Amino acid sequence: MIAKRIIPCLDVRNGRVVKGTNFEGIQDVADPVDMARYYNDTGADELVFYDITASFEGRGLFTDILKRTAAEVFIPLTVGGGINEVEDFERVLSCGADKVSVNSGAIRDPSLIERAAKRYGDQCVVLSMDVKRVDGQFRIFAKGGRVDTGIDALQWAHDGQERGAGELVVNSIDTDGVKQGFDLDMLAAMGRQVSIPIIASGGAGKMEDFKTLFEAVPQVDAGLAASIFHRKEVPLPELKRYLAAQGIPMRILREEEENDH
Amino acid sequence: MIAIIDYGVGNLYSLSHSLTYLGIENQVTREESVILRADKVILPGVGAFGDARKKLSETGMDRLVLQKAAEGAPLLGICLGMQLLFEKSYEYGEHPGLGLIPGEVCPVKDDLPPGMKVPHIGWNALKFTGECPLLQSIREGDSVYYVHSYYAKGAGDAVKAVSEYGVEVTGLVQRGSVYGAQFHPEKSGPVGLKMLKAFGEVH
Repeated sequence: MIAKRIIPCLDVRNGRVVKGTNFEGIQDVADPVDMARYYNDTGADELVFYDITASFEGRGLFTDILKRTAAEVFIPLTVGGGINEVEDFERVLSCGADKVSVNSGAIRDPSLIERAAKRYGDQCVVLSMDVKRVDGQFRIFAKGGRVDTGIDALQWAHDGQERGAGELVVNSIDTDGVKQGFDLDMLAAMGRQVSIPIIASGGAGKMEDFKTLFEAVPQVDAGLAASIFHRKEVPLPELKRYLAAQGIPMRILREEEENDH
Repeated sequence: MIAIIDYGVGNLYSLSHSLTYLGIENQVTREESVILRADKVILPGVGAFGDARKKLSETGMDRLVLQKAAEGAPLLGICLGMQLLFEKSYEYGEHPGLGLIPGEVCPVKDDLPPGMKVPHIGWNALKFTGECPLLQSIREGDSVYYVHSYYAKGAGDAVKAVSEYGVEVTGLVQRGSVYGAQFHPEKSGPVGLKMLKAFGEVH
């Protein structure tokens, strides 16, 4: 049986991991390579790195971090942020990324999904989206969640799959940073739209939120979070053991494999 | 030294680094002289079967891989590289494989019960179906990381481990010194590293 995945997300700016609340009030957390190693050793199923730097120097730092991480972390790495062209896929894949996540780049030019899927395969293309309720409709927001594109999120997810996206990361702006649980209604609606794996993001505050997510929305394959893992408010190894005990299929490291720092 | 065959398909960074991390000498290469003197060969690959098969032929790597296998050098195919070891694939048409393992590669979606997703992405437990040196240092029930939409069928007793995903997905195959893993050992955490280490130790 396939396991549900638990995925820590590392937002990297100028070579450091940061995480804000509702996309604002960004705080410095830690060295990304140290953090990636910690998650690798404690049983994370995958890691997501988002490059949130705008500068050229920042981008160089980011690819350096990616290379150093991929040299010692042997779980899947997804990379996003600043992916606007097929060449950007090449740039991060050649540094050790396994999958590449597109968000704004796909909003500007949806054909990016098709072109990348054709070149690197569907499994390589992750469509990431920031979703917020507006007038009873789920809408796609751009620019880190600040701009309403007017695009219907359910249609966008469906079209993304048709264009060749292999997975979806669905982040709810309404629940992000609020720590009151995932956006179950929205995720269930997404689950009815697509048949590719869905990674849920935004709103996890405690272990029970993950249990509720996987039980209430069986179409969700993975739960993603950032600060609650980074600050060990929800320690990742403990979360996985808890979910396994609750009957959720989990990959659990054996004791001798786990190296809790 | 293990030669990792570079024929322009997929990212070899993690595979090479995982071996280096384990202290196993390796080289990503398409140089005939390097491949000929390698003790072992890894055939990686992601993407579509037809394209990859064409690139293998164009670069002459198919001939070299077959020659190494005939000499008895341990060979490990990973993901699409594993599928290429089979006789035939039905991915976008019909393509001949290298024929080192009996059986053919078919779309997993044709055999899945409703509601199961394709691609098969994620961690799935291994069930052992035979004996294999690559399984000796891991335990039944250990999970490995899969990403694929096609799978191998008809390999008979060459199948050494499977994973349950609505159908029994052929996970690990072995016939003599030819090994194939549908999952990615270089992305399967400590369990995958143990299997790569075991491949580094086979003769």
